[in-house]
Parts: sequence; C-alpha cells; structure tokens
Amino acid sequence: MQLPDAEALCASLVAQLRGRVTPDTAIVGIVTGGAWLAERLRRELGLETPMGTLDVSFYRDDFGKSGLKKRVRPSQVPFEVEGRLLLLVDDVLYTGRTIRAAMNELFDYGRPARIDLAVLVDRGGRELPIGAQYCGAQFEVPAGRVLVLERDGEDAAARLLLQLSDHRRTRGPG
Amino acid sequence: MRNPQLNERGELRHLLTLDGLPHEVILHILDTAASFVGITERDVKKVPLLRGKSVFNLFFENSTRTRTTFEIAAKRLSADVINLNINTSSAAKGESLLDTIDNLSAMHADMFVVRHASSGAPHLIARHVKEHPYLHVVNAGDGRHAHPTQGLLDLYTIRHYKQDFTKLSVAVVGDVLHSRVARSLIHGLTTMGTPDVRVIGPRTLLPRGVEQLGVRVFHDMAEGLRGCDAIVMLRLQNERMKGPLLPSAQEYFKSYGLTLEKLALAKPDAIVMHPGPMNRGVEIDSAVADGPRSVILPQVTFGIAVRMAVMAILAGN
Repeated sequence: MQLPDAEALCASLVAQLRGRVTPDTAIVGIVTGGAWLAERLRRELGLETPMGTLDVSFYRDDFGKSGLKKRVRPSQVPFEVEGRLLLLVDDVLYTGRTIRAAMNELFDYGRPARIDLAVLVDRGGRELPIGAQYCGAQFEVPAGRVLVLERDGEDAAARLLLQLSDHRRTRGPG
Repeated sequence: MRNPQLNERGELRHLLTLDGLPHEVILHILDTAASFVGITERDVKKVPLLRGKSVFNLFFENSTRTRTTFEIAAKRLSADVINLNINTSSAAKGESLLDTIDNLSAMHADMFVVRHASSGAPHLIARHVKEHPYLHVVNAGDGRHAHPTQGLLDLYTIRHYKQDFTKLSVAVVGDVLHSRVARSLIHGLTTMGTPDVRVIGPRTLLPRGVEQLGVRVFHDMAEGLRGCDAIVMLRLQNERMKGPLLPSAQEYFKSYGLTLEKLALAKPDAIVMHPGPMNRGVEIDSAVADGPRSVILPQVTFGIAVRMAVMAILAGN
C-alpha cells in the first residue's frame, strides 16, 4: 500500500487552516502523533496561545478491557478552556473513540466555545458520529492494520512520516 | 511460587508489599502517578476510570488520615467508596475477618483497601479472594510489616525532587523497629537502585539484622546525616516514649530530633520528609518542619496521586 507523504499532507492542512483560525485559537494535540502535528501547525500558523497536549488514557472506553498502558503522559492544558475556540489535532482518525475520550477530557478543564478537529489522515472505519473539519487525506485502511505517524527526530521541525504495520499491541491502547 | 501480588502476566493484581515488587511495576506506578498530579489542579478534579466500581475501605485499625487519602483518591477516580471501621476486639478475629470479606465479596466489591493491626492480614485476604479474579486488595498498613502506598509516595517525592535514585544517599531516622513505613521505603529504595540507604536510630529502636535489608546503620545522627540527599524522619509513637526503650522524649530529641544544626550536615539541597502525623519537638524541630527544605506537605499531595495510580492500575489488570 502506497502511503502519502506526511509532509505534503501537513502542508495541505496548514493551507486549509490558514485564515480559518484566529490567533487566539488554542491548539490541542493528542499524544504522541497528534501532539507532533499540533506543534507543527501551531508554528506554521503563528498561533500565540501555548499548545495543549492530551493523553486520553484516563478517559478511554476500553480501560476495562485493556487496562492502563505503560507510559501515560501527563496531559497539559496551559490555558483557560472556558469559552475558548479549540482546535483538536490527531494524526489518524479511525473509530472516533480517541476523539470522544479527548473531548470528554477537555470538558473537565472547562466549557469551550467550540471544538474543531484536524487530522492528517481519515482512514474510515468510524464507530461513533464524529468527523474532522480539516483533513489532510482520506483513504481506507483495512481493519487490523495500524496506521501511525512517526517522527524523524526530537524537535518540532523533524520530518513526519506515515507508517503502516500489522503490529497490534497485546496489552493497553497505543 | 508466583508472587501473590502479580497475575499470570506479571501485572499487579494486589498491592501488598514493596518487598519483591519488580522495578518495572514500581516505575509504572510512579510514572502513572505523575499524570494524576495535574488532575487535582483542574476545574473537575475527577477522571472516569473507576466509574461504577466499588472500593471498600476496611479499616480494622483506626487511621482517619490514611483512610481519607484513599477515599479522596478513589473518589477522584469516580469510584463509589464505602468506609467500614471494623472493631478488632472480637475474640474470633481470624474467622470474622474472612466472614466479613465473604460478605463484602458477595456485594460485588471491586477493591478492598485494608488497614489491620496484624501483619499479614491483607495477604490473608488476597489469598482468600483468589476465586474472584477482578477483586483487588491494597494494603493500607498491616502491623509492623508494610505500608506500600506510603513507601511509594515517599519514592515519588524523592524522585520528584532528586530525579535519579541511582545517585542518592537517603537516611531513614528514628523508630525503624516498629515502622512499616521504614520497611516499605527501604525495600522500594533498594529496588530502584539507590546506592546508599542509611538507617539512624538508637539500638533499641533498630531491628536486629537490619543490615540485611541492604542499609548502613548509624547510631550517631551527625555521622549518619553527613552528605545525605533526603532525610526521612519517622514518627516516634507516644507509647514508645513511655516504654522501656527510651529514656524520655527530651533525651530522644537531643540525640535524634532533626534540628537546623543537624540538618546542616546533610547536603545543602537535602529534602526533609515525614510520613505524618509529626511530633514537633520530639523527632523534628518546628524550624525544620516548617522550613524551606521540608517537603512534608507536598508528600501529602503526591500521596493522593500515587494512590490513584495504584487503584487505576489494579482496576485495569
């Protein structure tokens, strides 16, 4: 399966978002791929509000089945959520369950005025009524295969690339 | 024999003691706790992880403080909490204990948090509930044996301020003999690779053969504190002050009470810890307890997050 270039999809997202987000829009990335993407978008769009990151482990609906993953990272929302325009960012939109968990978590920080969703790839397979307002590409990936964003380095400028694998984690959500 | 605390996948099934708990399990708890610390600063100080679960606080020995911290932790995980203070004066203690457990298990309890004056009571309960694979037991202090969540919150506090265990000197001071807190902390520190763990106290208050836990023993405060990164003061229980083990509280304070002068012998950035409740003027001077090096109140805050982490990990396994 030929995967699109993540950098090109990222550029397309920036173009879609330009003019649609105000400088006070707060961007929130879901760890880890979504946070990398959010970091990039925030920089390219010149947003002033500090970035938020969410690890939705405490809000997942499969906790009873899978337990807690090994490395939960602290969520960080360094701005007032109440009444704010939020741009939620994730690398891959699939079942929609991660996005539901992220929205539930965000509401525990306050009542945002609005939440938009930006994703690099919409791979289909939705199990909840959730859609992305901004999307780099849309293509089907067969169930059972895992599509994730990787990063070639540690800083925000590092090259992003999409990876497809059959690897399924035996314990805990990824 | 399998470690009774772990399930067949090597994950935490019960938390009974830090003795023999693998490094990666302790690390998982500490890392998870770090994510819970931020939750208490939010608008809604709750996550939905234990929604619909019932946590029973079974306190066969009174302890309002510890029970409260477990209660807050469980409530912040959205669990339903039932507090039972059970009188231990009944003659047939062993029998009634397991009867109580059977009754509560029949009410579909998901977790027991157990405080008991007898060492080993939580182990007994854990063994007894092995037919209920989703029932978890947390030891909240048993006799002189263990107090693993206190040990974990001490580890969390030390790591928070000092990062790397493998470079540290930690001194545990006072009544180690009667202290389940000390025992748990020493096991935890050793497992995490702390190269220099010291115990300081009078001969009468140190267990015989304590060196076998991998600690250095000091009877002189000045000698023992020299160059330490963290000092953990233990509470001197009132009944010990009157007993034959010690001359008097004043004498004890003179030799082993932590004052600013004695603290000056440790590293300049050494932290001072105490599991509480403190006896000011007995094991610790107010100038130290309320001073800039004291992290006694942060310990309490971290304690909630650590207990949340323990319960969340258990409930997921």
